[in-house]
Amino acid sequence: MTRFIRHRLFWPLVILAGLLLLNLFFTDNFFRIQMKDGHLYGSLIDIFRFGAPLILVSLGMTLVIATGGIDLSVGSVVAVAGALACLQISDLSDQNSVGGVLGAVGIALVLSVILGAWNGFLVAGIGIQPIIATLILMVAGRGLAQLITDGQITTVNSSPYKLIGGGYWLTLPFGIIIVAVVLALTAFLTRRLALGLLIESVGGNAEASRLSGISARGVLMMVYAFCALCAGIAGLMISSNVSSADGNNAGLWIELDAILAVVIGGTSLAGGRFSLGGTVLGALIIQTLTTTIYSIGVPPETTLLFKALVVTIVCLLQSPAFREKAFRRRRRPVAPSPATEEKVRVSA
Amino acid sequence: MAAPAPILRMSGIGKQFPGVKALDGVDFRLLPGEVHALMGENGAGKSTLIKVLTGVYDIDAGEIELEGRRVVFHSPLAAQHAGISTVYQEVNLCTNLSVAENIFIGREPRRLGRIQWKKMRRRAAELLSRLDLDLDVSAPLSSYSLAIQQMVAIARAVDIDAKVLILDEPTSSLDAGEVAQLFRVMRRLKEQGIAILFVSHFLDQIYEISDRMTILRNGRLVGEYLTSELSQVELVGKMIGRELADLEKLEGRPPANEAAPLVEAVELGRSGAIEPFTLTIHEGEVVGLAGLLGSGRTEVARLLFGADHAGGGTLKIGGEQVSLRTPRSAVARKLAFCSENRRAEGLIPDLTVRENVILALQAARGWTRPIPRRKQDELVDKYIAALNIRPADPEQLVKNLSGGNQQKVLLARWLILEPRLLILDEPTRGIDVGAKAEIQRLVAQLSDGGMAVLFISAELEEVLRLSHKVGVLRDRKMVAQLDNDERLTTDTLTETIASGARS
Repeated sequence: MTRFIRHRLFWPLVILAGLLLLNLFFTDNFFRIQMKDGHLYGSLIDIFRFGAPLILVSLGMTLVIATGGIDLSVGSVVAVAGALACLQISDLSDQNSVGGVLGAVGIALVLSVILGAWNGFLVAGIGIQPIIATLILMVAGRGLAQLITDGQITTVNSSPYKLIGGGYWLTLPFGIIIVAVVLALTAFLTRRLALGLLIESVGGNAEASRLSGISARGVLMMVYAFCALCAGIAGLMISSNVSSADGNNAGLWIELDAILAVVIGGTSLAGGRFSLGGTVLGALIIQTLTTTIYSIGVPPETTLLFKALVVTIVCLLQSPAFREKAFRRRRRPVAPSPATEEKVRVSA
Repeated sequence: MAAPAPILRMSGIGKQFPGVKALDGVDFRLLPGEVHALMGENGAGKSTLIKVLTGVYDIDAGEIELEGRRVVFHSPLAAQHAGISTVYQEVNLCTNLSVAENIFIGREPRRLGRIQWKKMRRRAAELLSRLDLDLDVSAPLSSYSLAIQQMVAIARAVDIDAKVLILDEPTSSLDAGEVAQLFRVMRRLKEQGIAILFVSHFLDQIYEISDRMTILRNGRLVGEYLTSELSQVELVGKMIGRELADLEKLEGRPPANEAAPLVEAVELGRSGAIEPFTLTIHEGEVVGLAGLLGSGRTEVARLLFGADHAGGGTLKIGGEQVSLRTPRSAVARKLAFCSENRRAEGLIPDLTVRENVILALQAARGWTRPIPRRKQDELVDKYIAALNIRPADPEQLVKNLSGGNQQKVLLARWLILEPRLLILDEPTRGIDVGAKAEIQRLVAQLSDGGMAVLFISAELEEVLRLSHKVGVLRDRKMVAQLDNDERLTTDTLTETIASGARS
């Protein structure tokens, strides 16, 4: 039992369960999942479906943070990828041609990887601090997205494209399937292959890693490129869901939610150890929180404040130092000593 | 002799960390007006005992009595208020503030909320003169040497009505004169009835200053002894739990056979770091590097390993001319380098022993070719056993290990690569006698097996004991290369280092 409580995913799980239970009181049939027209429907499915882009971005962010870095540009990459894909599709003579849509998706993802490699180059090649290096693209990327769409909201009417963010496949929302595939791929690269060890080692001690013969530069380039790729896929999902690209608002502030998800999932911002499972839980917590805010009817003007409060509590519960302090009195009597009352307590 | 009542008594102290029993039923007492040395190898539990005493850790078992009263400290501040002051190895003062400010920081004499600078300076000067120190108390602390800073820290500690003063390795970065000065201060404090708990790795210092000692081994109490009644050999025997003969066995090593040169550096240099030097290392040869701190020993090692770029000269490895751009290319040529700076340049503290050990091998294979888990466990278990790494738990985080065991983990990381040249920069610094002997024996074994070793150490005896050839460095220049024959002694080495001339 203690082993279970000590597990690093214990507290995120408790929080997620708590949030879900809270919904039970406010939403009828919150836990009901039903089949309609061969598709699964239900509040839980919705949380997954709407949370999919955030989970993707957070996965990439996890690896970047594990190297001791941070990527602020993911929101802009979301916008750029969506804008480029929509522009390509809107130029197609037949917007429903699968080949054309695949081409557009491919071009958007390639551009995302290039943008990520740019971040990696600034961080690893030139040695700019990650927060500054990615701030550049965070600002410039919005401009790039605007440039691509000419400052307009580009709408498309393409059913193959709509599938990515709004469609279903094998009874499940397609976005969930994409997330599952990316998650499996990431887990494979980092845990089955040795990429995870190298990332954790670079994040834990970069100089020691270099002296052990690790090419820290290569690892960093790869991680930033991967992060941007995840953001690019998320960008496609978001724009596909609304069948339009909005260079201004797509993925706005998603970097902050993603960083939060990573931290809630137990990965330290200082780099080193990372947890993919924790990140997925973190992203789900944030998405559930958003859903909860709507379902329990928090007044719109206090939404952000409410969210901030919950996030603060979550972070405090996650902190071992805080738990130590808060639950200390309960834990004390576990170590009994024969003459407790005689003790001279010297308080600080 | 009727001993006075102990001012501090710890009995049956136990402390458990995940997977490690750091202290188990340890008794300890401290008499007023004595210098009491706490002895033990790295990992014996010295630091843990001090941290338990000063409230950094809670205790799991046992009790602490201060002046006959049971006490429980939950923070270092609480311990300090009760009269237990600690001065750590790294001086934790603000060097940009003045001496007086450092002594009174946080408890400045005030009137109506205004700091009384004059009074503060006067009291600081009084306090220091009690310790026979004559300093300008308004000068910034940074204008004084590390030794003086340490004594200011002690003055500060004592002024907080200390009954017990803990000095944790205060001498490790001081030179002989400074140590003497520190000891004068310690004797003064002793006369004033303060009990001093002293931790040091230097046996001579222990014998010079301490009255009594308590020896720990593996978290257990070995015993308490009067310093005058325990010989150094007995002390070391009790610390490591076996006889010292290990260290002596290495004497009389066979000379390296005339093998092919493995590494040939010709006029290799880097401006600002090391003047061009020429050095040849043969297979199976141990080359020692001797010289003072900052003489360029580490710089030689870093150039050979490609950790720094050479500014000029050529380097041949196995007869082939190479240009080492990065450590990665050095590792590919089977060179290995254990940095002197374990924390900053060696270990990944948050990873486990297993991960730290396989890191270099995994890096050499590339991330797409993971080492199968079974193979990892096999390798790691083998080296944990071979190097006697304790605790023998591959999944323990490396930051929880003691210094000597961390050093062995680093050694294991390189040994599984089966390097042709192993560069060891101060591999025995800050580790205990037992681990030191094991590492020295290992170096001898490796070189007998054909591995070339570049061995850097500040301890001349150690360099002499192990090396076939000794390079002497002085002022960032290789001033001599001496064959280690019967004529070479620590005296001639010292002379060469001091004079900078070829002997």
